Amino acid sequence: MENCLLKMRHIEKRFPGVLALNNVDFTLRKGEIHALMGENGAGKSTLIKILTGVYQMDAGEISIEDTAVSIRSPEDAQNKGISTVYQEITLCPNLTVAENMFIGRGNGGWVRHKEYEKRADEILKQLGIPARSSQQLGSCSLAVQQMVAIARAVDQKCKVLILDEPTSSLDDKEVNMLFDLMRDLKSKGVGIIFVTHFLEQVYEVSDRITVLRNGELVGEYLVEELPQVELVSKMIGKELDELSTLKECDEEDLSQREVFYEAKSLSSSDAEPFDFFIHKGEVNGFTGLLGSGRSESVRAIFGADKVTGGDVTIKGKHAKITRPIDAMKHGIGYLAEDRKRDGIIAELSVRENIMLALQVMNGFFRPISRSESEAFADEYIKVLNIKTASRETPVGSLSGGNQQKVILARWLLTHPDYLILDEPTRGIDVGTKLEIQKLVLKLAEEGVSVTFISSEVEEMLRTCSRLIVMRDRHIVGELKGKDLNQAQVMKTIAGGEA
Amino acid sequence: MKMMKNMRKEPLNDTQLLMSITIGIFIVMYLAAIVFLGGGFLHAQQIFDMLNDNASLIIVSCALTIVMIGGGIDISVGAVTSLVVMSCVLYLNSGGNIIVSILLAIGIGLGFGLVHGFLISYLEIQPFIVTLAGMFFARGMTTILSVNPQKVDHEAFAKLRDMKIEIPFLGYTAKNGNFVPARMELGVVVALVCLIFIFVLLKYIRLGRNFYAMGGNQQSALMLGINVKRTRFLSYILSGLLSGISGYVFMMHTGAGNATNAAGMEMNAIASSIIGGTLLTGGVGNVIGTFFGTLTLTTIKKIVVSSGLNDPWWQSITTGGMLCFFIMLQSVVLGKRAKKKNS
Repeated sequence: MENCLLKMRHIEKRFPGVLALNNVDFTLRKGEIHALMGENGAGKSTLIKILTGVYQMDAGEISIEDTAVSIRSPEDAQNKGISTVYQEITLCPNLTVAENMFIGRGNGGWVRHKEYEKRADEILKQLGIPARSSQQLGSCSLAVQQMVAIARAVDQKCKVLILDEPTSSLDDKEVNMLFDLMRDLKSKGVGIIFVTHFLEQVYEVSDRITVLRNGELVGEYLVEELPQVELVSKMIGKELDELSTLKECDEEDLSQREVFYEAKSLSSSDAEPFDFFIHKGEVNGFTGLLGSGRSESVRAIFGADKVTGGDVTIKGKHAKITRPIDAMKHGIGYLAEDRKRDGIIAELSVRENIMLALQVMNGFFRPISRSESEAFADEYIKVLNIKTASRETPVGSLSGGNQQKVILARWLLTHPDYLILDEPTRGIDVGTKLEIQKLVLKLAEEGVSVTFISSEVEEMLRTCSRLIVMRDRHIVGELKGKDLNQAQVMKTIAGGEA
Repeated sequence: MKMMKNMRKEPLNDTQLLMSITIGIFIVMYLAAIVFLGGGFLHAQQIFDMLNDNASLIIVSCALTIVMIGGGIDISVGAVTSLVVMSCVLYLNSGGNIIVSILLAIGIGLGFGLVHGFLISYLEIQPFIVTLAGMFFARGMTTILSVNPQKVDHEAFAKLRDMKIEIPFLGYTAKNGNFVPARMELGVVVALVCLIFIFVLLKYIRLGRNFYAMGGNQQSALMLGINVKRTRFLSYILSGLLSGISGYVFMMHTGAGNATNAAGMEMNAIASSIIGGTLLTGGVGNVIGTFFGTLTLTTIKKIVVSSGLNDPWWQSITTGGMLCFFIMLQSVVLGKRAKKKNS
């Protein structure tokens, strides 16, 4: 192939129990910006990690400029001309810009600050990066810091530059600065692999797009030939579910019911202002691509991030929710997206994990008796069919799906009026997924309002009667009734011009 | 024109900023002492006395600065100093040789540094725990060597101990009319040599810059291609080595070994480093600041004593107050900086 820089063929990577990459091909040409797209678990990061030597592939071949190579470690990758700039800045803020570009490289014991600064200034000027080499890196903006990381990579004579979510913490102006730099490098013949979840940005700078889904290659496309809506459908996947819809509830019926929770221009440190409401016994959902702001929005509802503004009414009464405990006192439960970080306490037993939320609600000075807590634990282990050796087994030793059920039990025990489930089915097996979906619908029948978030659209279509669609941190649509179908959801996610 | 632009002075970095504050405060404090307490503070000998009494503290403070810049901590330095003193005293009293006694001091220090560094870097045990264990171990060993104070009885060493460098032009005429030149002990020279060596190491040698990188962001340092484990290992080796030297300097000053020697020295060394602008979180600091930190700390103590507050707790209380003041100052100054950048 003409001016082919990097070729990855038939890449396969297996983790215990999962085939993370299955026969994936990827080609990067000289002087192109190539976007690598895919939802969570599509295999993007695995592919990148294989390319940067963090993981070793199980099968397949990689060649750079038509020479077969094997990449053994991150240093090895750098020596072969593959450099990566990560989302989090991996430089030292306490050192100067010049030092950050040269530290850890080369030989010799002495540090010649003047010489480094001169060379750094040349490179910075050449790339048009607005930083002085003798400046402390920490005094530069995040965008400039990222550019310094790129400058370092360029000076290491990189042929392949991987930018992993480089724009997620930059504002619009900074993003444009970064794009100019990317175009400049492209004209110098560097091949850039661009990983991002911002669709607009992909269309702004990329030449080609490779889409992965569930560890498999969907295809490689020229940007001009792939409209945004098609990209979204390729990323999410369109296979119609063989399962029939579980949902029977009639939407018209719902709008007659009382509104349980309503927020007007609610905003938090991480979420743009938005309006939101939910009826009693309704199941609705936030959808959108990763990073579109769905989790941030529900975190604002629960008071998990710093709430910065907005009016909240619960059952028609004004309410103030700034901390999770406030939300809990109003009968709101929240099952966090990252169950390892925000949810389970792995060292504690199943029983203790189940009791946590109720104990907090009751206050720590009114302990729940042992026999009572044992009875509760046993009840929910049975109801939710939690597979555990005993109620005293540490939660950490349970499977992902069962851990999730333990957290569900924790919230159910507090008898919430409104339950927020953020990605409750991620990383768990199909059977348990279905159980959780059924449980959601059963709760709704009992009058509990549920907000459901999932990366899998068909799952949301099955459970929700109303879908709120988000893109780039704003609500861009609300779908219900006959609009509630795959095609319409994708069209809304991708944006109007489809 | 372009040259001019390149010549433009950079704003002070965090390290320089914190150091300048310390030096400024030291000068103000010293001037205040001269104005309000006069007398002794006017003579250069006052400064030399502070150096003579605190040469070993300066050395271990440098050790702490290195370790803290790398994001670690070493609380064994005082105990190791004490163990070195006792070992060398007993060795010299058994008719030992000066050169061998110096090697013994360095050997003990390096031994502790080696074990600490290995446990912390390669077995990844918390530095606080490891050096706490080292501290108890060294204290225990010192007491095993001798419960009673031991005075050095060694001719060659006595000469070394009494060797003073006289600086006539900084001297003064005493009340009885005799001219007294300023006197500096040999230990101070050793301390200053260590100081200069470490200053160069931290500023111009790759290893020194790696300490900063590691303390600034360990993960980044790794990604930038620095061998973090080895770098951390070497920081504790250096700390051990300096503790050994500190022990010998301590012995040259006191000429005796005592199980309670250098008690609490590690805490004074940490305080000196912090007052000198070294951040406990790592990545910021330098030894010039630490030197002035030590001087600031000792000046305060002198002022407290000269003011007639002779009870020992007054020194502790003022040290505590100073430390608190400096930490607050640092966080306010650095916090303001971060705010300014974000706005």
